[in-house]
Amino acid sequence: MAPSFDHLRDEDLDEDDFDQDEVDISDLQEKYEVSLEQGYDTFVVVDNLPQVDEGKKPSLIKFLLKKLNTVGKTREDLIFMPMGEDGQSLRFAFVEYSSAAEAAAAVRQLDLVPLDKKNIMRVNKLTDIDRYGREGRIDENYTPPKIEEFHEQEHLRSFMADPTGRGRDQFVMYRGDSVGVFWNNEKDQPENIVDRPHWTETFVQWSPLGTYLTSVHAQGVQLWGGPSWTRQKRFPHPFVNLVAFSPGEKYLVTWSNRPIAIPDEGHPILTLDDDGKNYIIWDIETSKPIRSFAQLDILGPPDENGVKKPLKAPWPAFKWSADDKYVARLTPGASISVYELPRMNLLDKTAIKIEGVVDFEWAPASPQRDGIKTYEQLFCFWTPEIGSNPARVAMMSIPSKEVVRSLNLFSVTDAKLHWQSDAAYLCVKVDRHSKSKKSQATTLEIFRVKEKGVPVEVVDTIKDTVINFAWEPKGDRFVIITTTEPVAATAVPPKTSVTFFCPEKMKGSAIGNFKHLRTLDKKNNNAIYWSPKGRFVVVATVHNQQSSDLDFFDLDFEGEKPESDKDMTANLQLMNTADHYGVTDVEWDPSGRFVATWASAWKHSMENGYHIYDFKGEVLREEPIEKFKQFQWRPRPATLLSKEEQKTIRKNLREYSRIFEVEDTERINSADVAVVQERRRLLEEWLAWRKSMEEEVAEERAALGLPADPVADLLKAKTAELAAGEEEKIIEEIMEEVLEETEEIVA
Amino acid sequence: MRPILLSGHERALTQIKYNRDGDLIFSVSKDQQICVWFAHNGERLGTYHGHVGAIWTVDVDPTSTIIASGSADNTIRLWDIKSGKCLKTWEFPTAVKRVEFNEDGTKLLGVTEKRMGHLGTIVVLDIKVDVDAEQTDEKELTIVCDESKATVAGWSYLSKYIIAGHEDGSVSQYDGKTGDLIYNIPIHELNMAITDLQWSPDRTYFITASKDKTSKLITASELEVLKTYIADTPLNSATITTKKDFVVLGGGQAAMDVTRTSARQGKFEARFYHKIFEDEIGRVRGHFGPLNTVAADPTGKGYASGGEDGYVRVHQFDKGYFDFMYEVERERQNRLA
Repeated sequence: MAPSFDHLRDEDLDEDDFDQDEVDISDLQEKYEVSLEQGYDTFVVVDNLPQVDEGKKPSLIKFLLKKLNTVGKTREDLIFMPMGEDGQSLRFAFVEYSSAAEAAAAVRQLDLVPLDKKNIMRVNKLTDIDRYGREGRIDENYTPPKIEEFHEQEHLRSFMADPTGRGRDQFVMYRGDSVGVFWNNEKDQPENIVDRPHWTETFVQWSPLGTYLTSVHAQGVQLWGGPSWTRQKRFPHPFVNLVAFSPGEKYLVTWSNRPIAIPDEGHPILTLDDDGKNYIIWDIETSKPIRSFAQLDILGPPDENGVKKPLKAPWPAFKWSADDKYVARLTPGASISVYELPRMNLLDKTAIKIEGVVDFEWAPASPQRDGIKTYEQLFCFWTPEIGSNPARVAMMSIPSKEVVRSLNLFSVTDAKLHWQSDAAYLCVKVDRHSKSKKSQATTLEIFRVKEKGVPVEVVDTIKDTVINFAWEPKGDRFVIITTTEPVAATAVPPKTSVTFFCPEKMKGSAIGNFKHLRTLDKKNNNAIYWSPKGRFVVVATVHNQQSSDLDFFDLDFEGEKPESDKDMTANLQLMNTADHYGVTDVEWDPSGRFVATWASAWKHSMENGYHIYDFKGEVLREEPIEKFKQFQWRPRPATLLSKEEQKTIRKNLREYSRIFEVEDTERINSADVAVVQERRRLLEEWLAWRKSMEEEVAEERAALGLPADPVADLLKAKTAELAAGEEEKIIEEIMEEVLEETEEIVA
Repeated sequence: MRPILLSGHERALTQIKYNRDGDLIFSVSKDQQICVWFAHNGERLGTYHGHVGAIWTVDVDPTSTIIASGSADNTIRLWDIKSGKCLKTWEFPTAVKRVEFNEDGTKLLGVTEKRMGHLGTIVVLDIKVDVDAEQTDEKELTIVCDESKATVAGWSYLSKYIIAGHEDGSVSQYDGKTGDLIYNIPIHELNMAITDLQWSPDRTYFITASKDKTSKLITASELEVLKTYIADTPLNSATITTKKDFVVLGGGQAAMDVTRTSARQGKFEARFYHKIFEDEIGRVRGHFGPLNTVAADPTGKGYASGGEDGYVRVHQFDKGYFDFMYEVERERQNRLA
C-alpha cells in the first residue's frame, strides 16, 4: 500500500477490509470541531481596561480604537463598553471586527499588550469566553494530564552503521512511480534497502544530516526514517510545493503556491491564523507549526508595456543562520526581517531597513572573526547603485545588527554572494559594465572574514563574464567558468573557459593572495562540483544537447609540479575525462569517494539513468533506467572524531588501507567464486533440462511411430528424386585472385 | 566479422529466413519483393514477383523446395524456390502477418490481422511439398483470437502445439490438431506487443521479443519462462544460435518515437546474449535504422539482420566467436574431452 495521507492509521490496514462507516471518529470530531457560531466569531472581548465614568468613556474608546485598528478594522460604534450601575465602566468591552481573521489576529497580537503602566490588556474571542468561561464548562478539579507511556523509538542514525562494515553510503532513487533506497555497491548492483511504489507524489529529499527522507504529497510533507522506514513526522501543509530544512534539522519550511485555505470545519493542525498564508515554519521535533507567512508580492521590473509582473517567489525565501538560531527573509528593495528561534519573533521587533537590498546570504558556518569573542552570526547583503549612491556590499553581525564591513562599488550590473563553507571567505562576484554599458567584465571581491578587520582582496584580471563560481569546501581555492559573450538563449552555447585560482605560498600559516593558477580554453563546461572534502573537483557540462563532458581534476596531485606553479598552493592535474550523454545532474557522495551523474526524465527523456564514478573519474557503473527522475546521496552528520583522532587516522592511513585492500580482494574473490558457482549451477540445470526434454520428445516420437528426425527422411527422398531426375553434376567454381600487379612504362 | 551488405530492397525489411542447410537466405520487405540470396557470398539468386502489398513474412519448408509468404495484399502465396513460379494463392479478409511451416513442412500456419470488423485469426493449411501437386483451398483449422490479436505464431515439436504471441504481451498455447486454447499466460509487460517468436532447432523451446525491451526463452510444453534477456530498447526480433549457446536480439527506438534520431540514440545494434547465463556478450552495429528482423544460420556459421534502413547485413562468425567460452563451459568441455 502506498504510504500517503489517505491512510493515516499506523496499522497496515488493507483498504478492502476497511469500512469507512465503521470507524469511530467521534473522539476526533469532538477534539477538532471548531464550532463557529455564525456572527460571533468576529467579536473579541477586551478585558483589564481602566475603570472610567461616562465622561471619560469616549476618550478611552478612541484610545482603544487606535490599538485595535492596528490589526484590523473596527469602528467606534462597534465597540460596546457596558457600564455598571454606579456609573463606572465594568473594565471590559466587546469589539466587533469586520472579519473573523481580523478578530483572530487581534487575539494573537493584542493580548497582553500594556495599555498604560498599570493595565495590561487581555483580548479573547467572544466564542472562547463563551466556551471556557461559562460556569460548569471547565471542571473545577484538576486532573493531571495522562502521560503517554514511553515507547522506544527506532534509532534514526542507524543508517550510518553499514551492516557489511564497509562504510558504504546510501542513496535514494526515484524512478517511474517508485522510490527506493540503496547501499552503494560501486561496480555491483546497488543493494536495495527499501523500495515503495508511490512513496512520494512529486519528489523526495533527504534532510541535511541524513536523518529523514522527505516525501511530498498534496496533503503535506512526511518524514521517514529509522531501520524500518516508518513515518516519523507529518506536516500537513495542503498542496505543498517545496520544502527546506534548517541546517541543523531543527526546523522545516514548507511553501505552497496556493495560499492555505482553512475549511469551515477546521484543520487538525493549522488554525484560522494560517489562512491565506503560503509559508509555514515547523518545529520538526514536535511537528507543530511555529509561524506562517504570506507570500510577498514582489513586482519585477516593468516589461515593454510598462506592466510590472510579479516575480516568481524566490526559493529559499527563508534563509537560516548556520546554528538554526535565526531565520531571515528578504523584502526586496526594502528590508531584511530576521526572526529569532525558537519563538519565531522578529529580532528587536523590527525588520532591518536596507534601502534597495537585492540579496543576502548567511555565513554557512558560525564565523570566527579575529578579536571577536562574543557570539555572532553574519550575513552579507548587497544594494545596487541608487541615484548617486554607489552600490554596496556589506556584512552584518547578528544579533547586534552592526555592519562589520562594507564595500562601495561602481558600475555594477549584478552581484552574487558566495560564502566559503567554513565562512572563512566571502567572494562577491561583481558583474560590471563599462560606462557605455556595452561591455561586461567580472571582478571578484574576496572578503577574508577570519583576518583582522576583514580585508578585501580584488581579483580583477578576468576579462570575460563569469558564469559560474565555486569555492573548494573547507579550502581556499576556487574554480570559475567564464565566457566571452553574455549567455543568451542561443541554440549553441558559446565556448567557455575554466579557470583555477589558489592562494600563493606564504611563510607560516598565513594565506597568501589569490593568484591565477591555470585557464583551460575552448571548453563547453558550465558547472562545477567540488568534492565535499575538497581537493578534487568535477567540471561538467550539464543540460546540454551537444556535449556532456565530465572533467575530473586533482588540485593536490602527488606527481611532479611544474616550475611555474612552485609558489602556488596547488598542483593541478586532469585525472580523467568522462562522458555521460544527456547528463542533467552531478552529485558527490558525502564521503567524497564517488560521484553520481544522472540524466533525469524531468529534464528530457533521452537515455535516462545514472552513472557512478570514483573520485578519479573511472566509471564504475552505468545503469540506464526508464523514467529515472531523481538520485540523491544520503547526507551524513558531521564526524564525532576530534581533530586529533582524525589526524591519527590520517597518519596511519597506510595501515588502514592495507587492511581494507585485503578485505576488498577477499570480497571480490568470494564474489567471483559465487558467480562461477552460480553459472555452474545454471549450466547444469540447463543441460539437465535439455536431456530430459530430448528424451521426452524422443519417446513421444517413438510412441507415435515417427522417425527420430522428421526431416532426414524427407531430405533423403528429395535427394533420391533429384538424383533420379538428372545426372549428378560437379559444380566447379574458379576463383581468380590477383596477387601482384606491376605496371612498367617502356619509354 | 566483416558483413556482407545486401542492398536489394528499397524499403524496410520485415523478415529474413535461412533455409535448413544455411546456404540460402530469403528476405521480404515492404517493397513487395521476396529476394533469395546465397548466404556465403551475398549474390542474389532471384526474386519472387506477384504480391501487390508490403510483404510481412516468409518461410521455407525443411527440404528447401517451396516457400510461403504472407502480405498486406491479404494473401498467402506458395512459391517454387527453383523456378520462382507462384504455385498457389490463398485469399483472406485482412493482411497476413506471419506464416510458418511445421517441422516436416506438411502444414502451414498463417496469422491474419485484426481489421475492418474482422478479428485476428490463426489459420492452418495443409501443404503438399511438391511443386507439381495441387494444393487444397480449404483451411484445415481457424483459430479466432477474440481477446487480443496474435502478432506472431509458430509450430512446436511434433506439431503438437501452436504457440502464439499476442499484442497484449501474453503467449498462448493451442492444440496443434484441434486448435483448442490450452493456456494463455501473460509473459511480457501488459500491452507491450510480442514482436517475434523463433524456435530452437528441435522446437521444444522458443524465444520471444517484445516492445517491453525484454526477450524471453520459453518452453513449448509448459510455457515456462526459462530465461529473460533485458535490453535497453524496444525489441523487434530475437533468434537462437546453434553451435554456441547464444541468442541475438534486434530492435531500436522507432524513428517516430524519438525527436532526434542519431545512431547513438537509436541503439540500432544486434545484441548477443549468453543463452544460459543471460549476460550481454557483445553488440554488432552497422544499421542506421531499427533492426526489424534477425535470423541465425541453422548451421551456426553466421547470422543476418534486416533493418528499417532497407539493408540486410549477413555476418559470418569468425574464430573469436567460436573460441569464446565461459570458464564453466570450458571446464565442462575439458571434462568431456
